[in-house]
Amino acid sequence: MAILVIAEHDNAVLKGSTLNAVTAASQMGDDIHMLVAGSGAQAVADAAAKVSGVTKVLLADDAAYEHQLAENVSLLVAELGKDYSHVVAPATTNGKNTLPRVAALLDVAQVSDIIRVESADTFVRPIYAGNAIATVQALDAIKVITVRTTGFDAAAAEGGSAAVETVAGSHDAAISAFVGEEVAVSDRPELTAADVIVSGGRGMGNGENFVLLENVADKLGAAVGASRAAVDAGFVPNDMQVGQTGKIVAPDLYIAVGISGAIQHLAGMKDSKVIVAINKDEEAPIFQVADYGLVADLFEVMPQLEAQL
Amino acid sequence: MKVLVTVKRVIDYNVKVRVKSDNTDVDLANVKMAINPFCEIAVEEAVRLKEAGTATEIVAVSMGPKAAQEQLRTALALGADRAIHVETDEALESLTVAKMLAKIVDEEKPDLIVMGKQAIDSDNNQTGQMLAALSGMPQGTFASELKIEDGKALVTREVDGGLQTVALNMPAIVTTDLRLNEPRYASLPNIMKAKRKPLETKTPADLGVEVSARTKLLKVEPPAERSAGIKVDSVEQLVEKLKNEAKVI
Ligand SMILES: Cc1cc2nc3c(=O)[nH]c(=O)nc-3n(C[C@H](O)[C@H](O)[C@H](O)COP(=O)(O)OP(=O)(O)OC[C@H]3O[C@@H](n4cnc5c(N)ncnc54)[C@H](O)[C@@H]3O)c2cc1C
Repeated sequence: MAILVIAEHDNAVLKGSTLNAVTAASQMGDDIHMLVAGSGAQAVADAAAKVSGVTKVLLADDAAYEHQLAENVSLLVAELGKDYSHVVAPATTNGKNTLPRVAALLDVAQVSDIIRVESADTFVRPIYAGNAIATVQALDAIKVITVRTTGFDAAAAEGGSAAVETVAGSHDAAISAFVGEEVAVSDRPELTAADVIVSGGRGMGNGENFVLLENVADKLGAAVGASRAAVDAGFVPNDMQVGQTGKIVAPDLYIAVGISGAIQHLAGMKDSKVIVAINKDEEAPIFQVADYGLVADLFEVMPQLEAQL
Repeated sequence: MKVLVTVKRVIDYNVKVRVKSDNTDVDLANVKMAINPFCEIAVEEAVRLKEAGTATEIVAVSMGPKAAQEQLRTALALGADRAIHVETDEALESLTVAKMLAKIVDEEKPDLIVMGKQAIDSDNNQTGQMLAALSGMPQGTFASELKIEDGKALVTREVDGGLQTVALNMPAIVTTDLRLNEPRYASLPNIMKAKRKPLETKTPADLGVEVSARTKLLKVEPPAERSAGIKVDSVEQLVEKLKNEAKVI
């Protein structure tokens, strides 16, 4: 039986996280179908058809799927999913929102946030904020899986030539409605896709001071992230939070500035290739995971760093 | 309006868990346990709805070993009116918990169910969505704001791109994110009062749900440790190392 991968997209662009999910799926089996559920999402389906390893694209184009409301999309995915061995989605907020609903409708367990595939039914995933790594075997006939994108390389976006099939009909549960959204617009790379991230914590003092990080980020082509404390304090918006309950990142270079290094923050960034910590407290736990630590006042050294890049 | 809140007993968030030497599981013997932080936020939200006159009754539910009653007492001390404990020593998967909650929802008929978005032990982030599916209810997951207006739940959700607001028919399920509220501390008089609030115990069999395992935990290992690197003395040295040693800039 084939594997169904749920595409992450905004009706216009196929998101990179989908490509990591395809790689994970390719380790579970080799017939990979991709579902694009959206509204006016033909361009996404066309992009999905080109992804290397995808053998068929299913396009469900209907107003009911425009905003990825879980109540509607889960009905569609559960209906299609019955004929698959695996239903796989990236562990984005969309995937996390919709897939457990699909699993319950199919009466199967979900294995969340996998970082490795051992075999078609056995997966590795972090638990306890990454302080333990569990190997789990899924016993149900249909495996419902969300994929932590940092655990898998992206599949090639080009090279495939899958056929696009249209899925007829509409699943509108008519119990929820989209009201509005506030989407952060930024010229910088997305946190989860960036090669370099500069993150600030409570030590930044306020939101204005994040300009010190933005200046360095601009020099490095980096994304800007934050600790929970910085988000809670209102310095920066929630979509910048890195950690157990925020975004999980693993860039080539992660620069933590004025961040103490709580377990929950480390859970989101300790798989980064190189970690730099800048903190005025030499006892801060962040130094225990940092490749390069600089004990200093950030307000002094960040302008110097900007000047020297 | 009747509100149901769920609470899970988990390891205290300040404690770093250790893996058992035989790699069968984590070691929770003599570890400090507490109410899951996201569940605490759920209880707080329900209490605020009651204080605002929107909610009239708060029922707290927990599933697990006898000791989970401690967390239910905490919920009662924070302001829940009564508690239901489904007692079992068996390991419970999200789907089983959702099935048992669906039975309780059938009996209690709440107008709103507030749950944590994830438990900090299994980090699954599943149960609320599963319960929503089983009970045919809409879901507002990862909520940073909740308003009840004209018979709908208006939920602002923390999503990857920013914030999204949805309007849900009621009854509805809301799962909490960190910024929904800041939970209060239970006062001593309220802790005393909580001891006398009603706490009903049930078993999975009473609810007609069989506790079955759909997954098998094969092993649990400690994560690859990162070792601390070096301290640099200056920005010059840092930049030099990043360029020539780590080669990341
Ligand atoms: C359920 C739960 C989930 C959580 N999820 C997350 C999560 O996903 N992500 C997350 O980050 N946290 C999370 N947390 C919170 C976490 O426990 C910490 O509270 C948080 O990470 C602390 O943020 P911080 O390091 O910015 O602040 P602090 O711990 O206050 O550290 C600030 C640091 O800045 C340094 N500093 C101050 N001034 C300067 C200066 N001028 N120059 C240099 N250094 C300076 C200080 O020495 C200190 O080390 C969670 C907590 C809970 C309970």
